[in-house]
Amino acid sequence: MTGTPHRASLSERVLAGDRRALARLLTSIENDDPLGEQAMEKLFPHTGSAHLIGITGPPGGGKSTLVNEMIRAYREMPKSVAVIAIDPSSPLTGGAALGDRIRMQEWHADVGVFIRSMASRRFGGGLARNALAVAHAFDAAGFDQIIIETVGTGQDEVTIASLAMTTLLVQVPGTGDGVQTLKAGALEIGDVLVVTKGDRPESSDLARDLRNLRQLGMAAGSELSRWDTPVIKTSAARREGIDSLMNAIAAHRSWLQETGEMESRVQTMINTEITFRVQDALLQEIRRPVSGDGGMQRLVERVAAREVTPHQAADEMLARLRHNDTAP
Amino acid sequence: MGTGQELMAASGRSRPIRVLVAKPGLDGHDRGAKVMARAFRDAGFEVIYTGLFQTPQMIANAALQEDVDVVGLSILSGAHMSLFSPIMDALRDVGREDVLVVAGGTIPDEDIPTLNELGVAKIFGPGTPLQDAVAYIREHAPDRVDLP
Repeated sequence: MTGTPHRASLSERVLAGDRRALARLLTSIENDDPLGEQAMEKLFPHTGSAHLIGITGPPGGGKSTLVNEMIRAYREMPKSVAVIAIDPSSPLTGGAALGDRIRMQEWHADVGVFIRSMASRRFGGGLARNALAVAHAFDAAGFDQIIIETVGTGQDEVTIASLAMTTLLVQVPGTGDGVQTLKAGALEIGDVLVVTKGDRPESSDLARDLRNLRQLGMAAGSELSRWDTPVIKTSAARREGIDSLMNAIAAHRSWLQETGEMESRVQTMINTEITFRVQDALLQEIRRPVSGDGGMQRLVERVAAREVTPHQAADEMLARLRHNDTAP
Repeated sequence: MGTGQELMAASGRSRPIRVLVAKPGLDGHDRGAKVMARAFRDAGFEVIYTGLFQTPQMIANAALQEDVDVVGLSILSGAHMSLFSPIMDALRDVGREDVLVVAGGTIPDEDIPTLNELGVAKIFGPGTPLQDAVAYIREHAPDRVDLP
């Protein structure tokens, strides 16, 4: 290994299909290691051909099981699949138990499937901060389909929709009546609504309520998206509904391409990713300890003493960031 | 900034330790593996839990794709002497000979030297305090900086 005059770089090895190198690249990206960014500068021109699918829904809603069925369907086509499976980090210790992979183990001998677990590291929105950067790496490595499975989410985690081309929203039967579907929130971000556990008797009622959403919107004169969101009932236990789901995903992708909507989605994704990076750098800058009155701790103390309002303290912090001339 | 990051900073690491917890072979007692996973999680590690009935190839593939620093195996079946050799071979086959392999469970002391020779770094027998396993991993998890 050592001593060879031209040892292939990480990016060259990833492009050549070296899975070990890809796995290490993902680690570097996840941890903001400069090695990862250096490689991505070489790899980014090779991205842009994968279809990026987000899947979100409540904990225990059957997301991982559904992803496993999607992998099966894609492998029959055959298309290669990368999965980014995100689980929560402990708010107390920062540790995490990542268990989505357990539902997708049958692909261990298939080089066309790569599953990577990520801890959310308290990023929020059901995501991990570098999830999209990891998706770029999979894209460069030549995976056709990239699926990001979020942390189990509730009613208001909508960020995934601005990081994926097609968003699947999983809903579970038996968790509420038709009023829940009226509340919208996360429901509005689904390009495809999936009712899992379709073998349960309540699943037909839920599917009906979800289909009614659009009709209620029409009756109320709401501005509706041009995409008529399909509602698909699946049962992984009975292997039912998966074909319909795959057709719906393919139809959504065609619709994006034919209407020019794809371009605007991709722009939204890029915009979101840049915004996240800038936000993160700003957060680090805010937390950076500085002497004098510009430091966060001093601002907190002054607000706690009722000397200034939180709004005034924020303005002071912003002024410091604009000038950025406070000595460390 | 949370406790996990403080722990990492204290240990001089720039990232959480990633551990695969797997239960190889044909025995259905996964309580030990789950307790192990929980203890590692509470120690601030990122644990990939793959559960029961893992073949050597499944373990190796997960270690490869997840790029873990440590593989922790829980074995209560008594089949450790026949299971470890193919697991170590499978890890080597996928290029993960650099991973730290530890094991816990019902493994008699007289088998430990043989397992150490196979490349299992440490065996935690019945009654080992979990904190010992955590401390061992914190100290010995390879801090990989070079390319594989």
